Amino acid sequence: MFKQTLLAAAVTTASVSIYATPTSEDMWQKIQEQQTEIKALTTQLNETEIKISAAADAIENNVSAGSKLAAWAEKTTVGGYGEMHYNNLDNQLDGGKDDKDELDLHRFVLFFGHQFTDDVRFYSELEVEHSISGEGQVGEVEVEQAFVEWDYSETQSAKAGTFLMPVGILNETHEPDTFYGVERNSVEKNIIPATWWEGGVSLSGEIAEGLSYDAALTSGLYLEDGKYKIRDGRQKAGEAKADDFSYTARIKYTGIQGLELAATLQYQEDILQGETHSSGATNIDGVLLETHLTYQTGPFALRALYASWNLDKALSATKTGADEQKGWYIEPSFKATEKVGVFARYGAWDNQASDSADSEITQLDLGVNYWLADSVVLKADYQNQTVPKGQDEFDGINLGVGWSY
Amino acid sequence: MLMFKNKLFTFLLTLSLSIFSQAEVISVEKFHNQAFPESELRWQTLWLNQDLRIKAEKLLGHSFKELRVRYFGQNKRTAWILDEIGKELPITIGVVIENNQIIDVVILEFRESRGGEVAYPFFTKQFNNLNLFINEEDYKLSHDIDGISGATLSVRAVKRVAMLALLFHQQTNFSQSSSQ
Repeated sequence: MFKQTLLAAAVTTASVSIYATPTSEDMWQKIQEQQTEIKALTTQLNETEIKISAAADAIENNVSAGSKLAAWAEKTTVGGYGEMHYNNLDNQLDGGKDDKDELDLHRFVLFFGHQFTDDVRFYSELEVEHSISGEGQVGEVEVEQAFVEWDYSETQSAKAGTFLMPVGILNETHEPDTFYGVERNSVEKNIIPATWWEGGVSLSGEIAEGLSYDAALTSGLYLEDGKYKIRDGRQKAGEAKADDFSYTARIKYTGIQGLELAATLQYQEDILQGETHSSGATNIDGVLLETHLTYQTGPFALRALYASWNLDKALSATKTGADEQKGWYIEPSFKATEKVGVFARYGAWDNQASDSADSEITQLDLGVNYWLADSVVLKADYQNQTVPKGQDEFDGINLGVGWSY
Repeated sequence: MLMFKNKLFTFLLTLSLSIFSQAEVISVEKFHNQAFPESELRWQTLWLNQDLRIKAEKLLGHSFKELRVRYFGQNKRTAWILDEIGKELPITIGVVIENNQIIDVVILEFRESRGGEVAYPFFTKQFNNLNLFINEEDYKLSHDIDGISGATLSVRAVKRVAMLALLFHQQTNFSQSSSQ
């Protein structure tokens, strides 16, 4: 019994000595130790974060840091667009050209761009039209754009090279998913004439919020002997005659949601480039005036355009009435859903407008676009032309698929 | 020839007179100060796990290689600066989000030659108060955005970034406090 009591007393004494309350000095020391440890851990954590960030930087930059080719690729962009069309058009003129029943890879385009510095870049557009080119083939390979652009201030830039003329709605923006109708509209094609590019220099920039300008000094048009349609004057910057130049200025207002208002004025010094037609026509200068409106609100959109050429009267010697060529169109559209849109377009153009003879062609188009994806579109439309007596008149349907990326 | 030179001189003079505007590129500091007035500029980091990367890539329609995204955050608000290519060059876009809704979209820098109208307030203010709808992995803003003629690709880029910022915001602690 005594032994048991002694043992219990010994155990109790030992327990008390083990769990004795620490003194404040002990506590302070422990806190100091923990504080030091926290500091060390915090430093370690920060260092780890820095290392992780550095590792992430290294991984993210690995491609450009590790390979000259990859660094080049990072500054080089590739894009493109294309469109294939099926036309089923009947010529209403007895004895005229054949009906147009054809399938055509109308355009296959590749964009290449390269950013030399933050302010200097190159941009190009290489196009194959009608799928196949070469001696006796129907298509063409064209460089529609190849220019160097320099931003010499935050809102001003200069271009030198071959570039699209700043005129019209479709001339500069013509990826198939951005417009209605299988074919580009006939007014811009025959009057502006889209797609139109020249070699030269230009300045562009913003004058005030929503108000921008373009001004260009470029090669001019050239009409070979006997030619009179403005579209035939495009030299496409291929050994282009440069005896005489052209001067272009555009002003554009886009300061209201959905609205674009623009006007282009161009002066051609001599579209015969110093030559004389066998008709006697010579020294033909001319002025193009083009103005357009686009407006979009919700699902509704409207496009309207007017363009006219006033050329020296001497061109009438080559073709009666050709010293004035003009056209216009209006195109309301409705996007019923995000994927489906319908449109109607009515337009008229005349390449011999200065005389009293009836030479105007009108065309009504009705159609639908179906966007499979944002920039992939299926198109269908119906066209109905009205032409002067004795001319080819093509009516029928067009189907198309277009893409851009 | 003399006439040509006169015309050329007049042409160039007209051009030089037309150049009188200098628009501002908005700095990161300025964007931060607009989003968080009078607070210190301090970056936060959102690390992307595999699941978030898949979502981001689905939303953007292309790869997203960054391992993490830096942003600003305070209380229930975050601000994001993200680059997205319109046609060929990146547009630097700032998006401020609070309570899972966009409260501001700012174009910090637009580099392409066409489509700069996306920087105008009439366009960017359309994003205010919009949030993100997710329907079977299909991402949409809660309201349609009216486009700009001739700037289709730039408009799409800004829409993608607005949705991406909303998605990223949802992954942060600043969003969790707002959902309560």
